[in-house]
Amino acid sequence: MIRADNIFKSFGDNDVLKGIDFTFEAGKTNLIIGKSGAGKTVLLKILVGLMKPSDGHVWYDDVDLCSLSKDQIREIRMQVGMLFQGNALFDSMTIEENIRFPMDMFKTMTIKEKRKRVDFCLERVSLEGINGRYPSEISGGMQKRVGIARAFVLNPKYLFCDEPNSGLDPKTAITIDELISSITDEYNMTTIINTHDMNSVMEIGENICLLSNGNLVWQGNKDLVMETDNKELESFIFASPFLQKLRKRALLNG
Amino acid sequence: MFSLGFLEDFGRFLLWVPQVFKKPENWTMYYKETIRQTYDIGIGSLFIVFIISIFIGAVTAIQFSYQMAGTLIPPYYIGYIVRDMSIIASAPTITSIVLAGKVGANIASEIGGMKQKEHIDAMEIMGVNTSAYLVLPKIIGAVIAIPMLVTLAALLGSLGGYIASVPTGLFQQSDYITGLQSFFIPWNVVMMYVKAVVFALIIGFVSCYQGYFVKGGSIELGEASTRAVVVSDILILIADYLLAVLLTV
Repeated sequence: MIRADNIFKSFGDNDVLKGIDFTFEAGKTNLIIGKSGAGKTVLLKILVGLMKPSDGHVWYDDVDLCSLSKDQIREIRMQVGMLFQGNALFDSMTIEENIRFPMDMFKTMTIKEKRKRVDFCLERVSLEGINGRYPSEISGGMQKRVGIARAFVLNPKYLFCDEPNSGLDPKTAITIDELISSITDEYNMTTIINTHDMNSVMEIGENICLLSNGNLVWQGNKDLVMETDNKELESFIFASPFLQKLRKRALLNG
Repeated sequence: MFSLGFLEDFGRFLLWVPQVFKKPENWTMYYKETIRQTYDIGIGSLFIVFIISIFIGAVTAIQFSYQMAGTLIPPYYIGYIVRDMSIIASAPTITSIVLAGKVGANIASEIGGMKQKEHIDAMEIMGVNTSAYLVLPKIIGAVIAIPMLVTLAALLGSLGGYIASVPTGLFQQSDYITGLQSFFIPWNVVMMYVKAVVFALIIGFVSCYQGYFVKGGSIELGEASTRAVVVSDILILIADYLLAVLLTV
């Protein structure tokens, strides 16, 4: 479990987060949603410890991340995996070297054991046999999946995903969502996804918080989205007239 | 404004340096990275060091020969002058200034590029101390490779002087060889190595710092690379002066 406890963040006079309180539950796919500029990325960076809040605390179970030294934060991070918006795959390393990197750094395993684990992770994301290729030699969707494989190679307790569907076609985006969701269930991870993809919300949103102008304006799950009367959520999820019509019809048909 | 920026950079640098010397997470990974960096800096700079050293040695021999023509100074002095010029000045200083351009810009853009592509964030999330893993091997690589390159530059400088003067008939081979063997002061070699190590540290730290703290996009990355070269060059010249004063007292 990760808990954001009254998080404030300002850049000069610009208040980006204004007192966010939210619990990201273990074993669930937790979503941070909101329009561009709502403060999602800043909140994610604060949760993962890449940025310090102006005020407030981030709790990893019983540990306050904000009170830890850099070295102590690094210890916590051994239990964290992250998928970046731009994948952040090391472009001068092969796919295998990318996935193996955390093991090379922190595990005392034989090279055979590491290769076995890499093969397992690649198989898990349906990318068998691309070990020797470089990130530039595979598609954007494949890069995302390699990013996921690298993120869970050390069996992390917490998984962070920053806009995992950005730049992907809808079908590939759904594949990525399903993959993240199934890995979360499989390893009972606390997964936090930062997204503005409506499909992700409706497919995998088990615990959702909606940010608007730095405020938490709605929380719930995908089942509550359809019935919401929250104007902010309505305007975010059902932004197009087509979707608004579809929703009305769905509600009429019960 | 300038002094405020300088103080800010200096303060950040002082806070950052202890992170660089933290205990490595995995000695083998650091060792491999150090070997790779030493190879890249050393082998990657051989050609440019070769060309520069040969030509500086050649020009030194020809210029001094021209200036000493018609004087009572014996011709073998040319070899002596070329040798000591190479050892004391051109090999450590000119080579390091050139390497600040080649190696320094390369290091700054490599680390800066990693920063912009979120590679550094990705490593930090994994629990890697990026200040140490990305910087320490480069510093050690520079401290190993640059003195070697400087040694080579000193030897090639003398060779350049020979090539430019003996086969062209400017003066006799025996004179040049006698000059090379005359008035040798071993302390000059010590000075050369002290300078090489200090300059290597300057190039390594300045370039890594500029890359690690780059902000913005490709324009800022270019500026950081340029700054790495300019600041390194200025600090090398200042350090050269200070070392010359300190080591020749």
